[in-house]
Amino acid sequence: MAATKNGEARNRVDGYQKVTGQAKYAGEWQPPGLLHGVVLNSTIAKGKILHIETEKALQLDGVLQVFTHENRPPLAHYDKSYQDLDAPPGTPFRPLFDNKILFNMQPIALVVAESLELARYAASLVTVNYEKKQHEVDFEKQLQHAFIPKDYKAVAPPEPWGSPAEAYHDAKHRLSATYTHPSQHHHPMEPHASTVLWEENGRITVYDKIQGALNSQKYLMGVFGLAQEDVRVLSPFVGGAFGSGLRPQYQLFLATMAALELRCSVRVVLSRPQMFSFGHRPKTHQRFSLAASEDGQLQAMIQEVYGETSRFEDYSENVISWPLVLYNCANASLSYKLVGLDVYTPLDMRAPGGASGIFALECAMDELAYQVGMNPLDFRLKNYAEKDQFEDKPFSSKELRECFRQGAEKFGWKNRPNQPRTMQEGHELIGWGLANGAWEANQKPAHAKAVLAVDGKLTVSSATADIGTGTYTIMSQVAAETMGLELEQVTFKLGDSSLPKAPLEGGSATASSVGSAVREACRQLGKKLLELAQEVDGSPLKDIPFWEVEMEAGQLRLKKDPTKAMALTDILHQNQKDSLAATIDSQPSEEQDNYAIYSHSAVFVEVRVDEALGTVRVSRMVNAIAGGRILNPKTAKSQILGGMVWGVGMALEEESVMDTHYGRFINHDLAGYHIPVNADLQELDVIFVEEEDDIVNPIGAKGLGEVGNVAVAPAIVNAIFHATGKRFRDLPVTVDKILENDEV
Amino acid sequence: MEKNTPSPIQKESIMLTINGTVHRLEVEVWTTLLDLLRERLKLTGTKKGCDQGQCGACTVLLDGQRINSCLTLAVMHDGSEITTIEGLAQNGKLNPVQQAFIDRDAFQCGYCTPGQICSAIGLIQEGKAKTKAEVRELMSGNLCRCGAYTHITEVVLEALERSRT
Repeated sequence: MAATKNGEARNRVDGYQKVTGQAKYAGEWQPPGLLHGVVLNSTIAKGKILHIETEKALQLDGVLQVFTHENRPPLAHYDKSYQDLDAPPGTPFRPLFDNKILFNMQPIALVVAESLELARYAASLVTVNYEKKQHEVDFEKQLQHAFIPKDYKAVAPPEPWGSPAEAYHDAKHRLSATYTHPSQHHHPMEPHASTVLWEENGRITVYDKIQGALNSQKYLMGVFGLAQEDVRVLSPFVGGAFGSGLRPQYQLFLATMAALELRCSVRVVLSRPQMFSFGHRPKTHQRFSLAASEDGQLQAMIQEVYGETSRFEDYSENVISWPLVLYNCANASLSYKLVGLDVYTPLDMRAPGGASGIFALECAMDELAYQVGMNPLDFRLKNYAEKDQFEDKPFSSKELRECFRQGAEKFGWKNRPNQPRTMQEGHELIGWGLANGAWEANQKPAHAKAVLAVDGKLTVSSATADIGTGTYTIMSQVAAETMGLELEQVTFKLGDSSLPKAPLEGGSATASSVGSAVREACRQLGKKLLELAQEVDGSPLKDIPFWEVEMEAGQLRLKKDPTKAMALTDILHQNQKDSLAATIDSQPSEEQDNYAIYSHSAVFVEVRVDEALGTVRVSRMVNAIAGGRILNPKTAKSQILGGMVWGVGMALEEESVMDTHYGRFINHDLAGYHIPVNADLQELDVIFVEEEDDIVNPIGAKGLGEVGNVAVAPAIVNAIFHATGKRFRDLPVTVDKILENDEV
Repeated sequence: MEKNTPSPIQKESIMLTINGTVHRLEVEVWTTLLDLLRERLKLTGTKKGCDQGQCGACTVLLDGQRINSCLTLAVMHDGSEITTIEGLAQNGKLNPVQQAFIDRDAFQCGYCTPGQICSAIGLIQEGKAKTKAEVRELMSGNLCRCGAYTHITEVVLEALERSRT
């Protein structure tokens, strides 16, 4: 039976370490004799290296080596060895493999020196001659060459439903519009870093910025031919990632190569500009054709998506399922093609696919609502999906209606005039917009181990990660609750490739997957404790089956008569045991296959637009979330708030600007690439509606990392329409676009 | 390989008081205050987010003023007093701002947190911020990609309130 009550709002168990500076991140470990590596990146987007001149750098006292494709050690030959757990179909990029340049800012050399400053200075002395080839990085220009990939990394477009073209043609209300957003970069505050500790026996311990230590371990084993016991990867603290740490990045390769070659410990930290040199959210171009009957019933939904990818891997994401996950429509067609460019392969970035697809869908739905003449909220409710049409399955739970109701009430939606350009205060136009969203909440297989020591301390472990998501805290809570212990008695260990196997921490799947494994490991431990308890002379629990006992207040006791109890520590004592362990391999139930499992959100936004200055301020937002059981309302709220901040970034600020002449992202620092700052955020409200779900997993929780984000950007854009009466279909809606758009 | 070019950089002697401890240091003149703290003194609580003065993760208190330690060279601060995140707790008791960051969950990944906390303490000492809007504006030099701003603002407002009473 799933627990239904929300968990307790608790402070983060790793909070003390984080506010005192004791939490150590990947680039902060300092083994004796540590060497520093600085990466040199290509300045062209396509062609080959004719010559790299390293002599001047190497002559400096304290510079140990400059690694290039010419002097790198032998490496694995087959693609398979380079394919990590999140690799899209294709041929993974191999740093320093040969002289070919596949994208601008490709790593082409690593300068290793005794100090960071010296390595950086030496890198400035390295000169490179290239033979340039004509690159192609202009997405719009290459749309005509879009292709259907052999394999989709995410869902492949299905066959159409009904007769979408005819239904569109015959419908009373029709909308056809194109929505675009630029490439965006993750920019966790901690730049990517790897510190490789080299040991005399040739083994290495690697501190890496990664959303799953096992992925880095697998990658290093494949590329450098290392045995599993020769490489241990640790990532106890990760300074944000948002998807950038799903794949091992090139600093891991370079630091490890240098450490193995020089037989020394080596650290490589990327600079902020270098954070633009690997994966990004792919630019998309989406054409939506929506049609509705006179009374606002959806008649046709046609979504045509073009997404950016590299020349060497076919990156795709789930941009296309959302129309039929969120709405009910008999005639639909969804297509998705890729556009190959001379750039690095795109990479999952917070709500990959969802953020893009739901932005376009929800803006289009808003436009159609106005054509029909309906309030956008009523229009959505009229076309509410009672089941998931995309997979043709019922929802395991869906309290989206309640999200709409509670969100609208909190926001005051009923006072909204439907007519745009009708609210003003001083020189600012005011607009109220909304959007709704969803995100998959699937459970993945995960392992966990629980160990109870005779002093009453419980240690639970799994090789997952905490990238700020609260994993340490919520897993400790799940364990404490399952074992009937205080939170302070529990330690949760993660971020270590030697721990029981866990999936990558991404896609909002950790609470569900690892949480279930933690619960099952603790229950397994409870069963073992019961067996031991029954071996004790005069045991009050003799012949009692596990389902008749509970673990509460540090005891194993009979549910119907709690006086029949044994303290957990006594059970170990009396059996002369120092500790007892249980390991579990947790699998999703088969029943889950019969359901569509999603979290949902409804977002309400108020913006204030100054048309003379072109400024948009998001003055308040309400985000109502149906995310199953909330394990820790405090950390959960923070995750949703973070998603809302990301929505502001996507709607109004974030854009990696490609200079087509150089084939390079030109605004490559945080002065050029704008992310929201404190003053960009005003009043933010989060509501968790009650949602019971005993199918999603044994703990009833859905993930929250993405669902708080997906509907925010379209709600903002819809609010801008309501304020100004103008549609903006190209993100981000920056000052220049507000000033330029005179069409009412 | 035979090395024939010595390190191209000279060293200077400086004295810094860091978190109450006096350090006499021979410092290469190209070393930033941030790298001195992190690499040489192993005070890695001060973070490097951009090394360009754009993110505020490296904020420390220099003679009571909040500064970006990545934008200044260590040799420029001979005789100065520096407080980093490691120096805020007194006798094992957290500074009230640190405690409030925990209680209000004003961080997620924790990487910008030391800079936010030093910046908040610096801001309170400046006495400039009075309103919520001013706090938001004057804390905007410290980026937080996890998006903990709402809670950070609450912490600072609460601390301002405390400092007035």
